[in-house]
Amino acid sequence: MTVLRVSDLCKSYGGVQAVCNVSFSLDAGEILALIGPNGAGKTTCFNLLNGQIAADSGSAEFEGRSLIGMQPREIWRLGVGRTFQITATFGSMSVRENVQTALLNFHGKLTSIVTLAGRLYVDEAMALLERVGIAAQAERPCGVLAYGDLKRVELAIALANHPHLLLMDEPTAGMAPTERVALMQLTAELARASSIAVLFTEHDMDVVFAHADRILVLNHGTLIAEGKPAEVRANRQVQEVYLGSGSVYGAAHGAEHA
Amino acid sequence: MNALARSTTVKILQRSEIVYILALTDRARDGGHQPPGTRSESSVDDVNLREKDMTLRRTFLLGTAALAMSAVFSGPAAAQSTIKIGEINSYKTFPAFLEPYKKGWELALEEINKSGGLLGKKVEVISRDDSGKPGDAVRVAEELVSRENVSLLMGAFASHVGLAISDFAKQRKTLYIAAEPLTDQIVWNKGNHYTFRLRPSTYMQVAMLVPDAAKLNKKRWAIVYPNYEYGQSATAGFKKLLSAKQPGVEFVSEQAPALGKIEAGAVVQALIDAKPDAIFSSLFGADLQKFVREGTQRGLFKGRPTFNLLAGEPEYLDTLKDETPAGWYVTGYPWEQINTPEHKKFLAAYQAKWKDYPRLGSIVGYSTLMSAAEAIKKAGSTDTEKMIAAMKGMQMDSPLGKFSYRALDHQSTMGAYVGRLALKDGKGVMVDWKYSNGADFLPSDADVKAMRPAE
Amino acid sequence: MSFSAIFVQLLNGLASASSLFLVAAGLSLIFGVTRIVNFAHGSLYMLGTYTAYSLVQWFGGGIPGFWSGVLLSGVIVGLFGALVERLLLRRLYHAPELLQLLATFALVLIISDFTLWAWGPEDLLGPRAPGLAGAISIAGRRFPEYDLFLILLGPLVLGLLWLLLTRTRWGTLVRAATEDREMAGALGVNQAWLFTSVFALGSFLAGLGGAIQIPREPAVLTMDLSILSDVFVVVVVGGMGSIPGAFLAAVIIGVLKAMCIGIGNVHAFGIDFSFSKLTLVVEFIVMAVVLVIRPWGLFGRSQGAPRAASTEPPLNLPSPALQKLLLAGLIMLALLPLASDRYTLVLMTDILVFALFAVSLHFIMGPAGMHSFGHAAYFGLGAYAAALLFKHVLPMELALALAPFAAGLGALLFGWFCVRLSGVYLAMLTLAFAQIAWSVVYQWDSFTGGSNGMVGVWPAQWLASKTTFYYLALVLCAGGTMVLWRILYSPFGYGLRAGRDSPLRADAIGIDVRRQQWLGFALAGTFAGLAGAVYAFSKGSISPDALSIPRSVDGLVMVLMGGIQTLTGAVAGAAVFTWLQDSISRQTEFWRALLGGIILFLVLVFPQGIAGFIRERWEARSGRSEA
Repeated sequence: MTVLRVSDLCKSYGGVQAVCNVSFSLDAGEILALIGPNGAGKTTCFNLLNGQIAADSGSAEFEGRSLIGMQPREIWRLGVGRTFQITATFGSMSVRENVQTALLNFHGKLTSIVTLAGRLYVDEAMALLERVGIAAQAERPCGVLAYGDLKRVELAIALANHPHLLLMDEPTAGMAPTERVALMQLTAELARASSIAVLFTEHDMDVVFAHADRILVLNHGTLIAEGKPAEVRANRQVQEVYLGSGSVYGAAHGAEHA
Repeated sequence: MNALARSTTVKILQRSEIVYILALTDRARDGGHQPPGTRSESSVDDVNLREKDMTLRRTFLLGTAALAMSAVFSGPAAAQSTIKIGEINSYKTFPAFLEPYKKGWELALEEINKSGGLLGKKVEVISRDDSGKPGDAVRVAEELVSRENVSLLMGAFASHVGLAISDFAKQRKTLYIAAEPLTDQIVWNKGNHYTFRLRPSTYMQVAMLVPDAAKLNKKRWAIVYPNYEYGQSATAGFKKLLSAKQPGVEFVSEQAPALGKIEAGAVVQALIDAKPDAIFSSLFGADLQKFVREGTQRGLFKGRPTFNLLAGEPEYLDTLKDETPAGWYVTGYPWEQINTPEHKKFLAAYQAKWKDYPRLGSIVGYSTLMSAAEAIKKAGSTDTEKMIAAMKGMQMDSPLGKFSYRALDHQSTMGAYVGRLALKDGKGVMVDWKYSNGADFLPSDADVKAMRPAE
Repeated sequence: MSFSAIFVQLLNGLASASSLFLVAAGLSLIFGVTRIVNFAHGSLYMLGTYTAYSLVQWFGGGIPGFWSGVLLSGVIVGLFGALVERLLLRRLYHAPELLQLLATFALVLIISDFTLWAWGPEDLLGPRAPGLAGAISIAGRRFPEYDLFLILLGPLVLGLLWLLLTRTRWGTLVRAATEDREMAGALGVNQAWLFTSVFALGSFLAGLGGAIQIPREPAVLTMDLSILSDVFVVVVVGGMGSIPGAFLAAVIIGVLKAMCIGIGNVHAFGIDFSFSKLTLVVEFIVMAVVLVIRPWGLFGRSQGAPRAASTEPPLNLPSPALQKLLLAGLIMLALLPLASDRYTLVLMTDILVFALFAVSLHFIMGPAGMHSFGHAAYFGLGAYAAALLFKHVLPMELALALAPFAAGLGALLFGWFCVRLSGVYLAMLTLAFAQIAWSVVYQWDSFTGGSNGMVGVWPAQWLASKTTFYYLALVLCAGGTMVLWRILYSPFGYGLRAGRDSPLRADAIGIDVRRQQWLGFALAGTFAGLAGAVYAFSKGSISPDALSIPRSVDGLVMVLMGGIQTLTGAVAGAAVFTWLQDSISRQTEFWRALLGGIILFLVLVFPQGIAGFIRERWEARSGRSEA
């Protein structure tokens, strides 16, 4: 089942095409990586999908509904969860409360002024924290958490609305290598278990080739390759684009996936 | 040391004693509860730090406790050996006017006590600053009435503050003598049984200028006034009174700059452009000074008679020095030229005590307290109703001559000096002045009755 | 108006704009680099005028004496500013946000009393500028030469500042720091020196702006506050940190005011309208319009997220010990009438009212992250609604019950615009609305009683005794405080905090941050209105000062003194501030300086606020006992 269908998406800034005629689709339970060198248009593409900027033309449909022109919060309502390159959590709340806040809004309770928020959806929040493996830290304030744990908190928050699509912007940026693998493994498990489609951008090719089902490669705003990791790796154009930083992916991945 | 200062010192002593006693008890208690061995277990630094913390916290808590205690226990003094008069004013908001005012009532206080006080008791004035806010004025009024047990209240400069105190006086059934507020409302449409007012009101001072204005028979008048109740009333009063005396008079321009924020250049220009024959202004303070400077430079006053309420009062006139606009018609206080015996006596006493010359505020402060003293003397008591009864129609001697408090509306008939400005030895003076008796510039009794709410 | 009249009024406007620009440019520079909202800027301006008055007198007349006096005053004020930065503000850069504002407020009090002490209470009219004392003829009108000089001075100073900022290394650093403080720090800029020099230059401009006023206006003690709101408006309309913006804004406001005066009274469609009276509030209308259309002023840019974003402490439910303490406090308050005199109850009623007012302000400033400089608007709306309902239609009890909703409606209206902004701009828009509301109340004689206000607003007979009214205030104000606190722990409160902690994340989990803030704003306004309504009946009268700037500033001071990061801070701040004002104004003539000194002391010793300090000690102690 196709969850996300993007066709001919375009965005330019002052005459420079940041994203040009990008088309792809994403199925439920599939993990799709969006890669490309710096300035290739990954972030723009991402922000077009999550509602932070508006597209010039083209369409992006989530389960048959157009995302173009929607606010981030409306997109969330449709069932899209997000994580950020630099974690964004609520610093004045505990880990559990962070997840509870998302749950409160999911259940439409955010204008209630009567009940004590801290006592609502505790079990649900704990279950989510359990799933991402940080239930033990539930009562700690987010401000004191290790970065890897914060990423997990974000994941738990993003799962609160039972999303069908997760948009993850550089999910492992700033993490130690072992943590990266663990986080992406967790993401993959969650995606497969709940049939969540995942679209992520990433710099770390280890992560990309280990976990993506499919890979999109952007360069200068256009899609230059798309396919299974092996296909992409074999793609001539991709190799050229990545020649400068090819060491990361050529040697290391050849060995890993041989 | 005067009585006021002494009573304050006593209070401070009481407070610091409470703090000291609390500190002692706390120290004793703390020592007793010190768990044995605590010290030996912690490092020296720890102990020091902790002690510092404790001291800080204790100081803070003590402070709070002391505040609470002093609030609770500093009740009224047990026996009243003095007659206390409560005084409220915006000393920090209008210091230029109120410092001389304070000197005025301090002189009166000294004279009253020198001559044996009132009803055989010494008189004490307890003065409070209301920070220019009616809400604060009402609070300190309550403090004066309930904690200090004052016999009556006096004071206020700004009209809204005066009105708030006046309404408080009505609610608390306390006599209030409004000193300075000029608003007509305080004795008329918002007047009440408990409030008397000393100064000639806006209406009266306008009425004093109108005869001269009408005599000039100028057709086109321009008006400038500070944009609040005083300026609005002055303007409305002037237009009404002049129109009555001089049918067909035209008011060609009205400028209402915000109080204290006049854009003098633009205002003067706009007035010139309206081509008036004469000008009526109720500006005062910094607005007046800016207006005079710009108006002189731009030639506004040339060939145009100008009338300005209050501009002859030393508070405002003296600042202008050699730029005093000669020929203006003003109300004011030519202190150095008044040769009546009562004024000479006041002047000598004032200058002896303060080494300074009096301003109009000094007269107001002096006469307000003297009025209060006279009311108590005449009533033979500090009973509010008796004092009010005494004040109705009460005759007063003042540095400006005799006046009385009208029974009808509790307005005093104190007058003002009306004259023209002139330059003399590089400073402004009033010339061709005469004393206008307030009694002659009030609306008819029927009109006043119609305005005043029924008691 | 004839064309020549319009032309001359234009010149008048430009002359006023120049002096405004000088002062505003200094404020803008200081804010741009240090992010300090400098309330003392008007005081520096006042010091400039007074110093120039004295120096010019001392140097004697003549061209060299006058101009060296004026320039030297600027330099002296500049040095004073540098001193203030080094000795005071430097210690506060790492303190919670807005604390510097509290420190500069204390300076306002101290400088004001110092000026009174040093120069006396009387207005001091300086000499005219030698060489420029006359007037020349323009368009058939006499126009002062000095005003022409001012018209030229504005662009000249603008040009010099532009050269300084674009052609020198120092200027590059200043611009870098204005755009991005962290980056400037990373580039190895000596921040300490940069901040001091910027503060010195900003103060110099304020002092010079004051000094060049002496040929135009007297030195008076109220000039500090009367120019303060004007220059803030200019800086914000121009865009904080933008010098050309400040210039343009000063010109717009100066010219607009002159034109309003020039137009005067207009009679159209059977209605008389006085444009002259509009000068009372025209700059605030300009500011409201500009900010609604351009949320960062004419030439301003979006400020980055405030630096305090990540440092907000967790908001936990009060511990059982604290709950017991609060309960004990309440019981003590309830028992107070047994042991106190009448006046204590009156003072306590005031404290209760201001506590609720401060708590409602803290509600939006703290957990909702919206700084408000105009919160008195809702306090005043509540007070006036109560008075008007009571005077015209309703019994006191109903008037009291309904008044808060009138304030809430006002907050709903103003808040809709305000929540679209952030940071200082939001704060200034709240101020603009408050001033507009104030001017309406101040002007509408037939309805609100105008500047004199309304009297006879006393409680019903059964509530008239001070004790009963104290209980009423206790129930409503303590109750209102509890309700507001409780709301912070409700889902709605979580939504508010979510929007403050991370707008990005809040948006991503579907929270409509603006709506949440909007409702929060209205809620806070409603409770401020409740405080105002209780206030009106406790005083028996009400006047426009209930919604004036000083009332808003009092609220800010209370919240900051108590500690913006603690819930109980607003209550502690309100209690201490009200009590201090009441008691020290009795002890000394220079009570404002003393109050300022005490606030400075508190700021330096308890940068986290009184309640914050107590909490810290508490936590440190319980932490130790656990260990």
